[in-house]
Amino acid sequence: MNKSNLPPSRFELEVPNKLKTEEMTLSMGPQHPSTHGVLQIILKTDGEIIDSADPRIGYLHRCFEKHAENVTWHQVIPYTDRLDYIASMNNNLGYVIGLERMMKLEVNERAEHLRVIVAELNRIASHLIALGTYGLDIGAFTPFLYTFRDRERILDLFEEICGARLLYNYIWVGGVAYDALPGWRDKVLQFCDYFLPKIKEYNDLLTFNKIFIDRTANVGVIPAELAINYGMSGPGLRGSGVPYDLRKIDPYSIYDRFEFDICTGRGEMGTVGDCWDRYWVRVAEMYESVKIIRQACEAMPDGDAKETVPRNIKVPAGEYYMHTESPRGELGYYIISDGGKTANRIKVRSPAYSNLSILSSIAPGVMIADLVAIIGSLDIVLGEIDR
Amino acid sequence: MEPIIKVFFNFIPALADLPNWLAVTLIGVVLAVGTFLYIAVFTLFGVWLERKISAHMQDRLGPMEVGGWHGWAQTIADTIKLLIKEDIVPEKSDRFLYKFAPYVVFTAVMAAFAVIPWSKKFIPANLNVGLLYIISISSLGVIGILMGGWASNNKWSLYGAMRSAAQMVSYEIPVSLSLISVILITGTLDMQEIVYRQSGTLFSWNIFHYFPFAFLAFIIYFIASLAEANRTPFDLPEAESELVAGFHTEYSGMRWAFFMLSEYANMFVVSAISAVVFFGGWQAPFGFLNFIPGPIWFLGKALILVFVQMWIRWTLPRLRVDQLMYTAWKVLTPFSFALVLFIAFWKVL
Amino acid sequence: MNAREIHDQIKEKFPEAILEFNDTVQQPYLKIAPQPFYNVCQFLRDDADLDFDYLMCLSGVDYGDLLGTVYHFYSMKHTHKIILKVEVPRENPAIPSICDLWRTADWHEREVYDLFGIVFLNHPDLRRLLLPEDWEGYPLRKDYVTPEFFKGIPVLHSEMKSETNEQK
Repeated sequence: MNKSNLPPSRFELEVPNKLKTEEMTLSMGPQHPSTHGVLQIILKTDGEIIDSADPRIGYLHRCFEKHAENVTWHQVIPYTDRLDYIASMNNNLGYVIGLERMMKLEVNERAEHLRVIVAELNRIASHLIALGTYGLDIGAFTPFLYTFRDRERILDLFEEICGARLLYNYIWVGGVAYDALPGWRDKVLQFCDYFLPKIKEYNDLLTFNKIFIDRTANVGVIPAELAINYGMSGPGLRGSGVPYDLRKIDPYSIYDRFEFDICTGRGEMGTVGDCWDRYWVRVAEMYESVKIIRQACEAMPDGDAKETVPRNIKVPAGEYYMHTESPRGELGYYIISDGGKTANRIKVRSPAYSNLSILSSIAPGVMIADLVAIIGSLDIVLGEIDR
Repeated sequence: MEPIIKVFFNFIPALADLPNWLAVTLIGVVLAVGTFLYIAVFTLFGVWLERKISAHMQDRLGPMEVGGWHGWAQTIADTIKLLIKEDIVPEKSDRFLYKFAPYVVFTAVMAAFAVIPWSKKFIPANLNVGLLYIISISSLGVIGILMGGWASNNKWSLYGAMRSAAQMVSYEIPVSLSLISVILITGTLDMQEIVYRQSGTLFSWNIFHYFPFAFLAFIIYFIASLAEANRTPFDLPEAESELVAGFHTEYSGMRWAFFMLSEYANMFVVSAISAVVFFGGWQAPFGFLNFIPGPIWFLGKALILVFVQMWIRWTLPRLRVDQLMYTAWKVLTPFSFALVLFIAFWKVL
Repeated sequence: MNAREIHDQIKEKFPEAILEFNDTVQQPYLKIAPQPFYNVCQFLRDDADLDFDYLMCLSGVDYGDLLGTVYHFYSMKHTHKIILKVEVPRENPAIPSICDLWRTADWHEREVYDLFGIVFLNHPDLRRLLLPEDWEGYPLRKDYVTPEFFKGIPVLHSEMKSETNEQK
């Protein structure tokens, strides 16, 4: 791959030599409907066209990494919930598997299956929010409520298994917090049957809508080299056609047993790596998640899934970089232990953080409405970016 | 003498004894207040209807509490809230223009009500250039929007105002041209006369009588009027996901309510024009239905079109600015020109 | 290519650069001296056999007497990984920036600068990222003491204050 092919970075961008009118500096956010949280973007605009965009983050900084150094290993788990608060199960999973690998713990089969099921359900829930809010960004309000209607069913399933609807604190070291009640598995399967036709409904209403395609295809194109160079991951990177899915590439838990495909953008409506592709990867991934859930439900053995590890664990001295595929991409925990009851350092490599950093590179030259479409297609969660 | 004045004189004979100028002024005031009340009531109803329609389209119920039956009093409660809300005028705004803008927008819309024929006799001002009057008066609203957007001294508002100006100027053309094609068919600008020309059954309504041409003209008019009324998919001036609230970002309380009133009144006006020009106005679709009074037919037709506008709003995403302009200049305008040309030829032959 | 082979490759090209190589731990790492670090990274990225085009993670670490950054690299083509570590003294810590090689490093280096105070040489835009621009101190350092006030605004909750005072 030739690195010199890369488009200029934000430091090298040149303003094209054109008839300049006066530039307007515009502060988009931190209170703005489509920055998906408290993100501020300092825009320099020439009419509707953006000359430069400088994201300012940190409005939601809650010192996760400092907290994690001051509480016990188990007490970090609820904090991980609050990183990416709409995919908490996936956050739990990454951290817990990291610890288990450091401690060389075996987890019983039922717990492994439950983990995969809840993680994939949460992936669907998260993608549903991404779809719905993306519709909202583009100006379609109705798909948002449709996706929330179906997300509600997933939350009901979660409520039944762990009592919480948003911040689950469910996956614990050595197992899961509570075993599934009898009948829960059937409800999950029922949900899968219910859910698949609904995806078609979203597609009819939003995905293949002419206006939606006009608004998203060929907008915010991110070439694969650029995406890799910026450390993008998840649907953002796969939308650019790079089949990088950690569930396949570096399998964790029991993902290597299931059959599913890596969905990548193919540029069906425009160019590979445009907003529509990133959106479409999410839609396609929901199908794959349903596939995984069905297989995991079939294969789940009976038995006790509860963790058997004492609450006050000590993790052997050492360090481990555990990366898992969260709905937003590569969620990494770099854990350093000095053998004590608390972590020496936990660094979170949050996917949305790297995904967002590309914004200043692709924003120049697009319109304000396109910027909204691009931010929406990156599917950022500020809780995870600011930590 | 205006037929409406005769109606009043018949109704209250004492009016005829007053000096003429006084009687006409009194009647004018009564009509203006009546129109205002109608707009207010229609907006209350329209907002409630929109909430219920959108709710039912989105698998939810909408307002259910206030007033008991399906939350019918929700919008009344909201209006009271708006009335008692603090009227905030930003410190750095252009105070006069800022305060003045909502009324300009509202006046422009309300003025259009003057030539809308509700029934055989009830038309506030029976101008012989009614349609021309509507076309011209409805473009005045953009001045108010520009004023409000500029005076707010807010960048988002400015964007909204600029978009609005560009949009209204562009969409004025297809609106006018599609109406002109109907004027060519009917040969009159008089609103009441246009309705009379469509008497008979459903099939003598313009849209069906001159089937392919008038129908096309209606489609063009409807799309363009959505843009005129700032409705989705053309609601760019207030695109909430891009411009926060567009030109009325800084407005609150009653001034904001006036923008709301004008939006809904505008929805009604464009639907009413469609009803008059294409759907036979206050005429019943079939002769045996004539016992139902004209205003009910007229209102029914207009409300169905209002419903369609809401339906579209809750289904479609929003266009981008350049796509909006593309639609206006490269699709609708050429088509409506072709239509006018075609109808003219057809008329001559 | 496993860690040992990658080590050999770098060793061949930059005999002086590698301070330590450890492949007895779960995830083998290389410790690189700060001065040749940029060149090593460039080699890692541009060499056809190595081709590390993906910077997975960049973390700052406080080792007590030293500060350091840890880089996790991945190659999309060869699907191999390597971890590099750079350690610098607490006083005036400075590490060459690699943000022109991997733009992932742009924000990550700013974050490390923000929270650890490690200066990245040649970084074109080294500002604080997560904290306010006028924040004092580097919170993720182990010896950081939470200030009671930031520009007159109380930072600690009254209940927390007593706890932290006990800890100190």
